[in-house]
Amino acid sequence: MIDVLYFAWVRERIGAPKDRVETQAATVADLVAELRAREERYEVAFSDLSALRVAVDQELTDFDAPLAGAREVAFFPPMTGG
Amino acid sequence: MSVRVQAESFDLGAEASRFASGRTDAGAIVTFSGVVRADGGLIEMEIEHYPGMTESAIGAIREEAVARWSLADALVIHRHGRMEPGELIMMVATAARHRGDAFAAAEFLMDYLKSRAPFWKKERRGDGDGWVAAKVEDEAALQRW
Repeated sequence: MIDVLYFAWVRERIGAPKDRVETQAATVADLVAELRAREERYEVAFSDLSALRVAVDQELTDFDAPLAGAREVAFFPPMTGG
Repeated sequence: MSVRVQAESFDLGAEASRFASGRTDAGAIVTFSGVVRADGGLIEMEIEHYPGMTESAIGAIREEAVARWSLADALVIHRHGRMEPGELIMMVATAARHRGDAFAAAEFLMDYLKSRAPFWKKERRGDGDGWVAAKVEDEAALQRW
């Protein structure tokens, strides 16, 4: 099981801050493909990956990152701190 | 604490004074603080963050600044939650032997906090709400480091 977290407008489009997902996805991109196939709201949230960033176990990474051993994956828009 | 992520406001003068006091190792202290601007009828800003990753990401950025400019110390305070125009959002303080390093490290910290610390700003206006879009120039600013 992986905790999948959503922040900012990704959270709003999906309508939840978090999902617990049972998955065999090898990479982040594979997980995204599984999520998009679930429901329309996921398809909408993940329609443009260039507008999204991803962290695996709280480290920024890329969509081709492997998920072996990962406990937490987070999707969010580009950050606006400061 | 060198990195603080908090909802409550903070006293800029007290934080700067505490950071600067009692030092004999640093001849230069630089502080920067960010304030909510009342642009375009802004009523309120709400900042969302990623608890856990926020602290570790800022900690890593701070560590890099300390190592790169041989800082005596560095402080980052960043708020989340709701704030009104005029309220403090965040501050950084750097202490170095000379001012060039203290200024450069403070700019580095700000550039990285903008684009690499997991915060997202939402603006509330009279005509609705909207997420603040990341700026291309903020991402480009990282290239100079």
